[in-house]
Amino acid sequence: MDPLHDMNLDAPHSMGTTIIGVSYDGGVVLGADSRTSTGMYVANRASDKITQLTENVYVCRSGSAADTQVVSDYVRYFLHQHTIQLGQPSTVKVAANLIRMLSYQNKNMLQAGLIVGGWDKYDGGQIYSVPLGGTILKQPFAIGGSGSSYLYGFMDQAWKEGMSKDEAEKLVVKAASLAMARDGASGGVIRTVIINADGVTRNFYPGDTHPLWHDELEAQNSLLDVLSSGGAACPEPMST
Amino acid sequence: MYCIEDRFLMSKCMPEWILTLEEQGWYPYVTGTSVIGIKYKDGILMAADTGGSYGSTLRYKSVERMKVIGKHSLLGASGEISDFQEILRYLDELILYDNMWDDGNSLGPKEIHNYLNRVMYNRRNKFNPLWNSLVLGGVKNGNKYLGVVTMLGAHYADNHVATGFGNHLAVPILRSEWKEGMSFEEAVKLLEKCLLVLLYRDRSSINKFQIAKITEEGATIYPAYSLKTFWGFSAFQNPGQFAEGTW
Repeated sequence: MDPLHDMNLDAPHSMGTTIIGVSYDGGVVLGADSRTSTGMYVANRASDKITQLTENVYVCRSGSAADTQVVSDYVRYFLHQHTIQLGQPSTVKVAANLIRMLSYQNKNMLQAGLIVGGWDKYDGGQIYSVPLGGTILKQPFAIGGSGSSYLYGFMDQAWKEGMSKDEAEKLVVKAASLAMARDGASGGVIRTVIINADGVTRNFYPGDTHPLWHDELEAQNSLLDVLSSGGAACPEPMST
Repeated sequence: MYCIEDRFLMSKCMPEWILTLEEQGWYPYVTGTSVIGIKYKDGILMAADTGGSYGSTLRYKSVERMKVIGKHSLLGASGEISDFQEILRYLDELILYDNMWDDGNSLGPKEIHNYLNRVMYNRRNKFNPLWNSLVLGGVKNGNKYLGVVTMLGAHYADNHVATGFGNHLAVPILRSEWKEGMSFEEAVKLLEKCLLVLLYRDRSSINKFQIAKITEEGATIYPAYSLKTFWGFSAFQNPGQFAEGTW
């Protein structure tokens, strides 16, 4: 029907985002970029792709903005009712399985790659991946979105068992930053959400706080500043 | 001849305009590769890798593609993992209702195989298949059973079975080397021989396997492990020696 799906089932369907979830001993860190694109145009350069489902469970959204918003709205609604009936906070597993249920039952129509992360008193910090198709997989860490293609090798090397909260957050920010450097569909700021027994912490990392990667230059106010600082050699006019 | 949107609409009322599953929007996303199963002296042994591929990317590396069903059976699946997870939910319900009878009877592998066949065939008839090839093995009252159900609803049983690439690479090995009444050790070695060939030659296989066993006593899914591979053929050292530019 649509040209993207015509041939080449080998190529994964591209989703304009980078989303990451990492669990550590005591909780989870979720991270995402902030770019929402419509084709080549950046419709929103400061989106919030980490959405709350309950007090203790959040979801990172990638794929169609509309599809993921509607799915998380439904799941938030179901979880709210579930919490009332249960008399205590819902578990991360239940939230993840509701996401799975909607993704699976509507697999023909949805384009949603989701990472559910949270903390509950029974199993502590947990990360569940729910990719296209509605498979559910519990993982120590998860990556998703088009930017994640650039992170498979990085995470294979950099993720270690038994990280602390700060190490986990640093890893998430580094990974998101690397993906945003190479993926045109990811960019903007990095938002992180840390969930543990003590509660939820939201952090915001604008571009100037990221480290510089290969072939990137320090940001300046103007060329004039570069010249006046005299540091870089001022090029001589060319002559024949 | 007509554009896809028109054919989609026409397919709803005229059977001659039927669309392929892909055209309708059916694609497998996260998939598992081959499963192999053999009968041996004490029961059934099944093997599969723990990979979940996403197109050509080896995305998930710890997917358990074999599960215990009830008291007497093992189910292994290749194909779309979300559909396998849904089948496990159906079987969960089936086993629950079976247990609720509390009559001392329990569903054996033949019954589960038949149930799965019905599910897969009926979904195929509605053009809404579960994208899996299933291997169902088990032992009940001393009788060993090993069968396969495909996404088209085709089913059969045999002493040795495989899905996907396993059909092409493992089955010929099994036909040649399987024999009645193999010991656990012989059977594991035979499976590992097949797994290694699949690792060398199946692009979507990974070097992390699980072997599962079912006997009259019960089921065991062994922890995941990796196999050593051999690259020491002298011909591998300088393949371009007598044929410059060969690949």
